[in-house]
Amino acid sequence: MAKRQTLFKEISPSEFFYRNRDLAGFSNPSRALYSATRELVENALDACEAAEILPDIFVRITSADFDGALTDPKPYVLKVQDNGPGVEPKYVPDAFARIFYGSKFQLKQSRGMFGMGATMAILYGQITTNKPVLVTTSVDGEKAYTFELMINIHDNTPLVLNKWVKPALGKTGVSVQLTLEGDYSRAGLKIQEYFKQTALVTPYANILFIDPSGRLCFYERVTEKMPKPAKETLPHPLGIDLEALRRLLRESSESTLKKFLSKNFHRVGERIAEDFLRYAGLDHNKKPQDLTNDEITRLGSALHSYDKFLPPDSRCLSPLGEELLAAGIEKELQPEFVAVVQRPPSAYSGFPFIVEVGLAYGGKNAEPGLKLLRFANRIPLLYDEANDISWKVVNEEIDWKRYKIPQDAPLTIITHVCSTKVPYKTVGKEYLADRPELERELKNGLREVLRRLSTYLSRKSTLAFVKKKMNIYEKYLPLIARFSAELIGAPRPPNYRKLLKKSVEEPFVDESEKPIREEEVDHVEEVVKFEQRRLEEYSQ
Amino acid sequence: MSSGGSKSTASRRKDEVKRLLYQLGQTIYEDIEDENFPEVTLASRSVSNIVYDERLRQYVLGPAKIKRSAHNIKHIRSFTQLIWLASFVKKLVETSKTSTLRDVFYSAQAYGVDFTDQAESDEIITDLEVLLSKAREDFNVYPEERSAIFGDLTIEYTVPGYEGKRLNLASHPDGYLIGPSLSTAEFVDTSAEMVIAVEKGGLFTRFVEENVHKRFKALIVDTAGQPPRSTRYMLRRLNTELKLPVYILADGDVYGEHIAMVIVSGSVGAAHLQDLTVPDAKWIGVWGSDIVKYRLPSDPLTEIDVKRIYELKKDPRYAKGIWLRELDMFLKIKRKSELEAFAKYGLTTIVDKYLPEKLEEAKSL
Repeated sequence: MAKRQTLFKEISPSEFFYRNRDLAGFSNPSRALYSATRELVENALDACEAAEILPDIFVRITSADFDGALTDPKPYVLKVQDNGPGVEPKYVPDAFARIFYGSKFQLKQSRGMFGMGATMAILYGQITTNKPVLVTTSVDGEKAYTFELMINIHDNTPLVLNKWVKPALGKTGVSVQLTLEGDYSRAGLKIQEYFKQTALVTPYANILFIDPSGRLCFYERVTEKMPKPAKETLPHPLGIDLEALRRLLRESSESTLKKFLSKNFHRVGERIAEDFLRYAGLDHNKKPQDLTNDEITRLGSALHSYDKFLPPDSRCLSPLGEELLAAGIEKELQPEFVAVVQRPPSAYSGFPFIVEVGLAYGGKNAEPGLKLLRFANRIPLLYDEANDISWKVVNEEIDWKRYKIPQDAPLTIITHVCSTKVPYKTVGKEYLADRPELERELKNGLREVLRRLSTYLSRKSTLAFVKKKMNIYEKYLPLIARFSAELIGAPRPPNYRKLLKKSVEEPFVDESEKPIREEEVDHVEEVVKFEQRRLEEYSQ
Repeated sequence: MSSGGSKSTASRRKDEVKRLLYQLGQTIYEDIEDENFPEVTLASRSVSNIVYDERLRQYVLGPAKIKRSAHNIKHIRSFTQLIWLASFVKKLVETSKTSTLRDVFYSAQAYGVDFTDQAESDEIITDLEVLLSKAREDFNVYPEERSAIFGDLTIEYTVPGYEGKRLNLASHPDGYLIGPSLSTAEFVDTSAEMVIAVEKGGLFTRFVEENVHKRFKALIVDTAGQPPRSTRYMLRRLNTELKLPVYILADGDVYGEHIAMVIVSGSVGAAHLQDLTVPDAKWIGVWGSDIVKYRLPSDPLTEIDVKRIYELKKDPRYAKGIWLRELDMFLKIKRKSELEAFAKYGLTTIVDKYLPEKLEEAKSL
């Protein structure tokens, strides 16, 4: 029996993730360097945005061996620093060296969901290089506390190896510096693409990135406007699962089920709670803690089948907004034409979401062909594009012919889905699942921007055509006037200027006239050519 | 172009061209002054509009018209070229100067009107012919000349500087180029009783050497392959003004037969023009049946030859008589011969034996 007990031994979350690090995007040194950079940068941006501070993010990746003699994969030092509000020093060990300890368990839109990304990066660094992480924080701008931390993987507890205090010189925020095995030669392009796309959805941030060769990339802030931060919200009854429901019931301090429902759920008031409980066949005066297992199951399924709950509202969402999205697109892509559209809020399974779609056409940097940039809660999604719902919509659901956009038009489509729970298919957060509600919104958004591009292109070609037409008139009409005067021996040509002026004012009609002489390009020409050939033969 | 005649006819034709050009200019000038885009309407030269006229025994343009407007930006360039050409030939006619097709192509450049290539300017010249219902020779535009004439015919020039000057066309054994001066000359006197048109310069020289002009009382014309219009016009004048029968000798193949047909009834490319045909001209050889009869050295027909024969068989002019019979003969024997093939039997055989026999045979055609 003793043997069997060890088999069922509980493992700590740290250990779980250590064993399953592939799930979280740390499968190999190249991917791990990219994921670690991304997790820390996203934490930094989230911290600034929550406090409504214009983000200044500094990122540096340096080779850990000073002479650079090692070849990839090899240890790198990753440093990410923000100007956010900082983390209270007393929370630092738990926040950075303990899995599932984070500030993100509420329901509101943010980049990370469970605050575990940064800890995963630290854990990965530790298991590949056995180096501690350095976390520096200042909340007041006076004192900066630095912690040297490691994770006790077995117990999921933080180990503080060292800590010290220095003057913060007026700067608040967090700086994280960790050492991890990485492969920059392979991850470099993805990391640069990540920064470029991040800059596109955060046009209000300054991001400075120094790569291992010392090259500096600066993504400059172009607007001081920030999106409205998301508000925290209670879970919507449609979005609750049985386990969460059980926990809520157990921890509830309310005296009746009716009160429990109206206090713990989004968009549930006393009246709806009463009606719902009648529907579920449950006594609304029952104490929440006293529900039997059967009753909990009944409550759970009734929450999902009851159809009179109001849809979740979108105050818990923080979309970028059309103005900021357009600013970001213009800044990073410098296109000839931009269209952005924000769809009205919608919901799937009790989780509200908003879709934003942008389109960039042309510009001097544009390459022919279609490029898709996907974002979810302002995170660029760079992997597994072909599995993503946006890819499916763009490639399979849109009738491109309708919009008369040339096949190889230099086109970038930007999709941004924000939600309290983005429907990722995997923990790695790289692509979104096919939710019909999401698909519908993406499709409508995409159609709208394509319509606008279509209008723009047709107006542009009309203008180009009118201009071309005027140039042609201006070239030939004077000649026609002159030759007609010569034909009749008139002292001066007729006044063609009035005609020219008249032609500018005439409404545009698409003259799809057949090109002249097309009728003559057949048999006659053949015969004539044949006879000419024959003539030439003989003249030689 | 109609048969020339007296000087007054020539000058009447000139006045007619000038009047047509003036009318064209006036319409366009007034259109522009009235703030309308000028346009012209001309007969369509599309294949569907080229029809065979049984009465005229040649191809003519049907009733379909095309409109070319300065308003249409796809037309305005060719419209401008057309009006430029009109003003250019007006000066030619007024000053009695001539210009070759190639000259026209280059002249345009001085006026800010450009042609992509000579084919384009040739097209515009044809457009003007269609528009005015006049041949380009009427407005003094000529192709490069290669064809020649020899024999006892006295002509009198009408071109400036040579008016009244006379010349006998038997004076120079290489013959005389059929150019603008000869085309517009008046016929004064001849002892000839027939015209023999030959396809090749070599045979032309042989005929002069062998005194064909004296032995057969003939004028000899070298068509230099497919005869240019001025040559066809000359043949027609000799036929209509001097009432001389015209006989045609060409290579014994489908192309030689077609050279004869073009002299008889014109080319599809000149369907907009009349007066270029000699409906009574006789094709006397070399026929397919001659290849067999005279046992001429021959070559097998190529695929292209056969294809061409089937093309011509669709043409209504080839649907009967000698024309059809010989096309079928070529197909049957699958051989072809050149005029030079007679040399196998001696250099003069063609003159001594073949020509008299064929002229005799022609009487029954």
